[in-house]
Amino acid sequence: MHLILFLIFGAVCVAGAVNLLLQHHPIDSALSLVVVMGALAAEYLLLGAEFVAAVQVIVYAGAIMVLFVFVIMLLNAGEEARSGGSRIAWVIGVPGMLLGGILMSWVLLKHSGTGQVEVGSLPGSPQDIGWLLFHDFLLPFEVTSILVLIAIMGAVVLASHAQSAEKKEG
Amino acid sequence: MNPIQIIPHAADYVRILPELVLSVFGMIIMLIDPLLDDRRSRSLSGALALVGSLVAIIATWMQSQSPGLGFWNMVRVDSFSIFFHFLIASITAIVILMSYEYMSVQEIRGGEYYGLILFGACGMMLMSSAVELVLVFIALEISSISTYVLAGFRRRAAISAESSVKYFLLGSFATGFFLYGVALMFGATGSTTIDAIGNVLRSGHIPVLAYMAIAFMFVGLGFKVAAAPFHIWTPDVYEGAPSPVVAFMSTAPKAAVFAVLLRVLFEANAPGRIWLIWVTAALSMTLGNIGALVQDNVKRLLAYSSIAHAGYLLVAFAALPENGIPAAMFYTAAYAFTNIGAFAVVSHFGGAGERRVTMEDYAGLGKRSPLLAATLTLFLLSLIGIPMTAGFFAKFYVFSAAIKANLVGLTVIGFLNSAIAAYYYLRIIVVMYMREERDDSPVAPVPFALGMALALSLFATMYLGILPGRMLDYASSSVSDLVAPAMQTMPVQGIAQVH
Repeated sequence: MHLILFLIFGAVCVAGAVNLLLQHHPIDSALSLVVVMGALAAEYLLLGAEFVAAVQVIVYAGAIMVLFVFVIMLLNAGEEARSGGSRIAWVIGVPGMLLGGILMSWVLLKHSGTGQVEVGSLPGSPQDIGWLLFHDFLLPFEVTSILVLIAIMGAVVLASHAQSAEKKEG
Repeated sequence: MNPIQIIPHAADYVRILPELVLSVFGMIIMLIDPLLDDRRSRSLSGALALVGSLVAIIATWMQSQSPGLGFWNMVRVDSFSIFFHFLIASITAIVILMSYEYMSVQEIRGGEYYGLILFGACGMMLMSSAVELVLVFIALEISSISTYVLAGFRRRAAISAESSVKYFLLGSFATGFFLYGVALMFGATGSTTIDAIGNVLRSGHIPVLAYMAIAFMFVGLGFKVAAAPFHIWTPDVYEGAPSPVVAFMSTAPKAAVFAVLLRVLFEANAPGRIWLIWVTAALSMTLGNIGALVQDNVKRLLAYSSIAHAGYLLVAFAALPENGIPAAMFYTAAYAFTNIGAFAVVSHFGGAGERRVTMEDYAGLGKRSPLLAATLTLFLLSLIGIPMTAGFFAKFYVFSAAIKANLVGLTVIGFLNSAIAAYYYLRIIVVMYMREERDDSPVAPVPFALGMALALSLFATMYLGILPGRMLDYASSSVSDLVAPAMQTMPVQGIAQVH
């Protein structure tokens, strides 16, 4: 039962990702991404990582996707024009990607060199994660604030440049 | 879970003291910048940033008095990290000095610019002392995001926006590779601490997954140091970005990434190191130098030259740890000071809007501004690797380390490439001195701050070229920081396996 559910959600996830690429309208792509995120959350839950599953739904499927949809609507983006992709992408990119994918899955399936564990036997409770986050990984956690700060600064700088350039022209 | 251990000790804060200093100064600049008009903002925030980087140098010195681990094995202060902290802080100080003039000539507001430089330097320093891959990743992102934004600071030039966007898109993609590699490494070894990974990989049984993890991480890091075949972005980004920023991003983040690479490849005892490095180094040297031959824009030429130099530097990574690590560290420092100096001249000579950047513009510079031309000549000679300059000993140590590791093929490729490289560097010198100028308008006088920047980088270039011993000794002393943990656990095999 567990395996069947896992496979079903995995298939939903892959189908959502493929659909994301095939859609012509940005909103449709964004909505398929919600499906991908949701299916991933279900996979995490099946693997016994309740906290990660909840965060996945709240942060990715919730906050980030709302932001995506907002931006798409604000920009009033219409249907994309299709270029069909460059020839290099078809000649080198696609076979390269397939080869890389096969290599990756071969290694992961046959030679991962790692043992097997029962589902849910590894620590993954909110308490464990909280301990890791605010103790062992305290420094990376705090340093992330600088990362967020410079990302905001960067957005402000680039946006204000665009504005002042417009003023100069107008 | 002793409750006392929950709160970091004072000693923990000393381990990240330079980073703390830089972020505090960055925040002060951001707080006072809105209160100032454009002109004051440039001078005052520039001065604050300079003080910040100097205080960071002092903080690094204080930190060097008490080496050790901090924040539950997240960072390690050892002579290796101290070396890179000093290097990055000095690069930052020199870049700030050379930015003064640039900012007023190009009419750029200073606050965010200097703030981003300080925060970026903070991330780079953290990369050199981090011994845990999650922290490395976050520090790498801090350094990358600040350089993406800095690359777009020439607001009137479309080419600058193009450079920023290109760098951002490709850079984020590369970061994804690095992160995937970290995840695979965790899967293969069950840890993200470099020490622990090293112990697993030294224990004899190396999972195939670890090879893939190293390959993925190398793709991400190789992009950041502009090593071929991940170098395509370099010329476009360097051409569009402001010259002082190019001086910064071609040296400081690279030094930090090389520090991470040294830790990952040597301390974690990465499998498949020699072949990976062999191919990348040979490709970078060859593609970089051949690309540089046909360039007419001096900034693009120096971009290709930086690809080639990343290649020479990588040669040291294939050598044995006891020669390779010091050679790589020496090369990083020598290249950094030389390249900053060259870009300082390019930045000054470029003028408003960076209009004078082609080879023809440099014609007759020897007559129009003999001192500037002579300085640039010395930097170019150091990039070639002429004796008495830093570049000579840098190349000498790298190639002798390679010979000691029996990498004859790679060394031959390196020598051939040095000969090719001499052609295009000498071409600039010939154009400066032998060709008649088309435009005899006087070159703007060198302001004090830029003069200081030039003098400092010139001093460092000559000092390393004439008395390389002290720095090399210091670099050699940090070999044990990277390899010693291995010897504690596996006394004999630790070294033997690296071969």
